[in-house]
Amino acid sequence: MSIDKDTARRVAHLARIEVAEEALEPLAASLSKILDFMEELNEVDIDGVEPMTSVTPMELKRRVDEVTDGNIQDKILANAPDAREGFFAVPKVVE
Amino acid sequence: MTELAYTEPKPKVIAGAKRDWELVIGMEVHAQIASNSKLFSGASTHFGAEPNSNVSLVDAAMPGMLPVVNEFCVEQAVRTGLGLKAQINLMSRFDRKNYFYPDLPQGYQISQLYHPIVGEGEILVDMEPGIARKVRVERIHIEQDAGKSVHDMDPEMSFVDLNRTGIALMEIVSRPDIRGPEEAAEYVRKLRQILRYLGTCDGNMQEGSLRADVNVSVCEPGAYERFRETGDFSHLGTRCEIKNMNSMRFIQQAIDYEARRQIAIIEDGSTVDQETRLYDPNKGETRSMRSKEEAHDYRYFPCPDLLPLTIEQAWVDEIKAGLPELPDEKKARFVTSYGMTEYDAGVLTAEVASANYFEQVAKGRDGKVAANWVINELFGRLNKEGVSVKDSPISADQLGGIIDLIAKGDISGKIAKDLFEIVWTEGGDPAEIVDARGMKQVTDMGAIEAAVDAVIAANPDKVAAVQEKPSMAGWFVGQVMKETGGKANPKAVNEMIQKKLGIV
Repeated sequence: MSIDKDTARRVAHLARIEVAEEALEPLAASLSKILDFMEELNEVDIDGVEPMTSVTPMELKRRVDEVTDGNIQDKILANAPDAREGFFAVPKVVE
Repeated sequence: MTELAYTEPKPKVIAGAKRDWELVIGMEVHAQIASNSKLFSGASTHFGAEPNSNVSLVDAAMPGMLPVVNEFCVEQAVRTGLGLKAQINLMSRFDRKNYFYPDLPQGYQISQLYHPIVGEGEILVDMEPGIARKVRVERIHIEQDAGKSVHDMDPEMSFVDLNRTGIALMEIVSRPDIRGPEEAAEYVRKLRQILRYLGTCDGNMQEGSLRADVNVSVCEPGAYERFRETGDFSHLGTRCEIKNMNSMRFIQQAIDYEARRQIAIIEDGSTVDQETRLYDPNKGETRSMRSKEEAHDYRYFPCPDLLPLTIEQAWVDEIKAGLPELPDEKKARFVTSYGMTEYDAGVLTAEVASANYFEQVAKGRDGKVAANWVINELFGRLNKEGVSVKDSPISADQLGGIIDLIAKGDISGKIAKDLFEIVWTEGGDPAEIVDARGMKQVTDMGAIEAAVDAVIAANPDKVAAVQEKPSMAGWFVGQVMKETGGKANPKAVNEMIQKKLGIV
């Protein structure tokens, strides 16, 4: 499967990664290479093989329903470029 | 379980300029799971807290933070699935849905696209007594809620509060089985009722605990039936999705507007674009949400932070064993065991608290009488005062006491209403109030006879008239009741008057 320049531009935009116009072509080429490698893996017959989700036999850890965290407004907002009255303040976004 | 018999409602038909059209509606309801803490963090879910105070470093998506699933949220989703008679998937998985928005700090929502925890189920949507539609539920999956943006605090800036970020949601997806705006509202009402019975969502639409996305399309009569036979969606029209509705009334209005908009487009020879729209209740119309279009490329992939969620059948069985009696069963039981109408049973079972109150009143008493008093007197009064049944100033035992006094013949139905009023405002034991205030019905035949004789003696003209027109006996009864301050037993008075006037 090959990725063209437009697809590379679109994927970069969706991921909010800024890519210079002249870098798009090489990026598309290397993305294509990755997908080609994946396609090679697809040649392996995995019929009837359960997907392996962990290298060790682990189960998803679960918590009990208790409030153990929060009330750290100052820490949450500490890195915000702009915060007012306990809110993050961001450039206006309206539907 | 006893089930009531019902027939399906007719689909809503809208007359276009050229032909008749039918509606096809599917719903995606987002219901906040009732839990103390969030789906993947230990922050509180409490509504109305200081902005950004119910937020942990996990919710704020700080680097290196890892999600740990809240077991109770999983249990609640399973309970909901069982309540909708749905298949429970012992293995489900979490996926990332990627998009950028200021109220989504992770840059993705953890959801379940490929392997949801709950599969096919159903909801019986009651329209009116004897008429209901079984709407199929396609799936329920668990996901994170997003934060909230406030746009009206500053002209240049939006303010973001992450308190809601990461609260557990159930997305309950129906098949396109709903056939009109009223059915859509009833679907949400019924789903909300079931969730509240189960205790898995508080159903508070004002606070946004329950929001619906509505998919609407229109088709020619007959096309829907062909779709149901073949499962082929091409028989249906192009759908539009109206996002984020949190009022039954707006849901109806939006669907009606949207269907008419689509009909006008098609009859004009044009085609409907599949898109996401917003309903503006002030203008009463839907409008396109262009900004959402590019975001539709969500690039889902399995969340690498979370192993598959495997649950045990034994746990599911345990949850199932603990399910409460659900609205359909309760309603059917009320109809069969208390002999009330389906309508009354529907009113009494609308909320668990109402049903429990009624059953407490009906215990050891006549079910129909109890239903009458609870619905007409109590609910009538509660509605008027805007009080919920939980905060009723009259307890079930007090109301039962009033009904007992009528049954014993101690008070008449009319006096009972006065007594209801006294207990409502002042409280107290109904029997004691009746004794203390001399409200007891006069059953002393001597006293009644004296009163009857007095009325007859004072009104010779009426006595003459009643011989011609026996229906006038009612006037005498009224006079005697007045004489005795309403306390005479009306049945005894009636019999006495008929005997004395010789009009038996």
